[in-house]
Amino acid sequence: MKTKTIYEPTEGLTERELTYCPGCTHGIIHKLTGEVLAEKGLIDEAIGVASVGCSVMSYEFFNCDMQQAAHGRAPAVATGIKRVREDHTVFTYQGDGDLASIGLAEIVHAAHRGENITVVFVNNAIYGMTGGQMAPTTLLGQKTTTSPTGRQKKAAGEPLRMSELLATIPGATYLERVSVHDPKHIRKAKKALEKAFDVQTKKQGFSMIEFISTCPVNWGINPNDSLKWAVDNLIPYYPLGVYKDATEGDHNEK
Amino acid sequence: MAKMLMKGNEAMALAAIKGGCDAFFGYPITPQNEIPEYLSFHMEENDRIFVQAESEVAAINMVYGAAGSGARVLTSSSSPGIALKQEGISYLAGSELPCVIINVMRGGPGLGGIQPSQADYNQITRGGGNGDYKLLTFAPENIQETVDIVKRSFSLADYYRNPVMIAVDGLLGQMMEPVDIDKPVEEKESGPKDWAADGFAKKRGHRNKIVSLHLDPQDLENHNLKLQKKYDEMRENEQHYELINMDDNPEIIFVAYGSMARIARSAIDTLKEEGIEVGMIRPIAISPFPQKAFENLPDSVHTLLTLEMSLGQMLQDVQIVNNGRYTLDFYGRTGGMVPGTEEIVDKVKAILKGGKQ
Amino acid sequence: MAKGRILIEKDRCKGCNLCVYQCPVNILKLDTSTTNKKGYTPVMVTEPEKCIACTFCAMICPDSVITVERYVKE
Repeated sequence: MKTKTIYEPTEGLTERELTYCPGCTHGIIHKLTGEVLAEKGLIDEAIGVASVGCSVMSYEFFNCDMQQAAHGRAPAVATGIKRVREDHTVFTYQGDGDLASIGLAEIVHAAHRGENITVVFVNNAIYGMTGGQMAPTTLLGQKTTTSPTGRQKKAAGEPLRMSELLATIPGATYLERVSVHDPKHIRKAKKALEKAFDVQTKKQGFSMIEFISTCPVNWGINPNDSLKWAVDNLIPYYPLGVYKDATEGDHNEK
Repeated sequence: MAKMLMKGNEAMALAAIKGGCDAFFGYPITPQNEIPEYLSFHMEENDRIFVQAESEVAAINMVYGAAGSGARVLTSSSSPGIALKQEGISYLAGSELPCVIINVMRGGPGLGGIQPSQADYNQITRGGGNGDYKLLTFAPENIQETVDIVKRSFSLADYYRNPVMIAVDGLLGQMMEPVDIDKPVEEKESGPKDWAADGFAKKRGHRNKIVSLHLDPQDLENHNLKLQKKYDEMRENEQHYELINMDDNPEIIFVAYGSMARIARSAIDTLKEEGIEVGMIRPIAISPFPQKAFENLPDSVHTLLTLEMSLGQMLQDVQIVNNGRYTLDFYGRTGGMVPGTEEIVDKVKAILKGGKQ
Repeated sequence: MAKGRILIEKDRCKGCNLCVYQCPVNILKLDTSTTNKKGYTPVMVTEPEKCIACTFCAMICPDSVITVERYVKE
C-alpha cells in the first residue's frame, strides 16, 4: 500500500529528546515554533535566545544558532543580537517567571522600542523549573509552594496580564494569546506564530505570542486534566485573541 | 598627527569608534554621561549601533547578545551601574565572550557620591559577579594613554574572548587634555569568530550555542580549568606598569594608579626639590596585578607606600606581592575626596622621620 | 478500511496520554503490557484499521513521537 507522509517531526527542532515532563505543553509549543521557522525557511539563519526556567536547555532543541540568556534578560539579549544581525530572524522563548517577574523591564522596553524580534511566551501561571512557586501570573486562590493557602490579593496582588499590558505600548506591533489544548487551538496557535514571524520578516516591529500552558507536575494534575484545568480556569482570566495588530501602520517612519 | 583638546569621556568614546566598536549599549549615570551622549550622535554617523537601554542590567545583556553574535561591543557606566552589571559580566566571562566595559569611578558604597574615587578596585579586579573568572582591567592615568588602551581593548577582548575593563576615575572622565586620537596602536591579532551564534548555522554546517550552563560538575570544572589557562596567559603577557624615578636611590616607593599616580608624580617632584628621592610603581593594568614591577627594586628601598582614593584595596594586592619583603604603608582619601600633593609629601616625611602615621 | 497509519517511536514516548484523549476514533491506549527504555508506558494503536489519518495524535504529542502516513491510490 503506497503511503504519503502527512505529519512528521519538524526540521526546526533537533533530534534531541525533549527534557520536559510528560504531557507538558512546552513540547507542543517548541514543535510549533520549529515548524513555523522551518516551513518559512527561516530556521537556517535564525538566532534564538534561551531563557531560564524549564526551557533553560532549549538551546539543545531549536535547530539554529542559540544564545542562553540570564533569567529575564532574553529580550535585552535579543535586542543586542538583532541590532547587529538585523537580517536574521531573532526570537526569544520565555516562561512566565522569566518574562513577567524578573524580566518585566526587559520585555516592556523591547516592546517599547519596537524591537523587530518575536517573543514566544509560555504562560503556565507557575514557576515550574524551581518546583512550583507562585508567579506573577498565578491566579487568585491558586495554591503554590509560596502561596500555600492560595494567592491572596492583599499580599501578592492580582495576576498580571501580559498581552493586555504590552498592548498599551505603542511600540508593540502584534500581540496574540493562544492555547494548545486541542488540535483546533493548536492550528490557530500555529497561525498566530506564522503571523508573528511575518511581522519580523516584514520589519514591522515587535511581536509576541502568549501561549496558555500547563504544568501537570506542579499543579498536581495529570496532563489531560491539566489541559482541562487551563481551559476552565486560565482562559477565562486570560482570554484568547488578538490584543494588538498594528501591522497596517507605517513602519518606516523614523 | 594633530592633537586635539578633548574631554576624557568624549575621547574614550571616539577611541572606541576608532577601535572598531560596532555597537554601544549604555545608560545615563554621572560622571560618564558624555560617553553615551557622544556616541548617540557619532555611532549613527559612522553607521554603527547605539541603544540607550532601560537600565545598566539591560545594557550589559544587550552587550552579551551582540558579543555572542560576533560583534565588537562597548558599554560604559560608573560604580553603582557597574555593580548592576556584575551578573552580565559573569555571563560574558563564563560564555567566553569579548566586550569592552568603561568604568568611570565615583564614590561609594551605594549611591555614594559623584566625585572621583578608586574604591571599586576589589569589584573590578576580583570580579563582583559569581564564579571563578577574571577581567583584564586597565587603569590609565591620562587621556592619551586611555585612548590608546581603549583602541587596543577590542582586539584584546577578541583575542582572550573575555571582557576587558577600562577603569578611570571621574577626574579623567571629566578633564580635558590634548590627545592624538589617531596615534597608531598595535592590535592583538586573533582569527575569525567561528564560535559566534551569528545565524549562519547552515553555511557553517553546525549550530553554535553560546552557553554558560554546564550542569555536569566535571564539565563545569573542565570549563573553569580552560578559563584559568586563559587567565594564566593574561597574567604572563598582560602585566602593564611604569617605573618612575628609580635611579636615584629612593627609600620609599609609591604604588599608585590613575589620577592618584599623577598627584604622586607632583609629590615626587616636590620632594626631589627638597632632596628627597621617592620612586613609583604605576600599574597600568590592575588585573592581572603587575607582580613583575615589584621584582628587582633598588637596594635603597625600605618602604612601599600605597596611595589610593579608597581605604586600601590595591593595598591587599601589594601585600600579597610584597610577601614580607618591605615595610608597607598606606595613604588614602575616599568618598570623592581627591588628595592634594602636600598631603602625600607630608606622609613621606612622616615615614622618614620614623614609624607609620 | 484505514485511511492511513501512524508510526510511533516507542522509546521516545513518555506515556503522557494526551494523544489517547485526542484520538477521535478512540484507537489509542497506553500499552500496559510493556515499558520502554525510559521506563514509561508507551502508547499503542488498538484497531489500526479504524485510523482516519486526522493527525490529531501527532499534533498534540509534545515529544514528536508520532509520524502519520496517509494511504494513497497506486
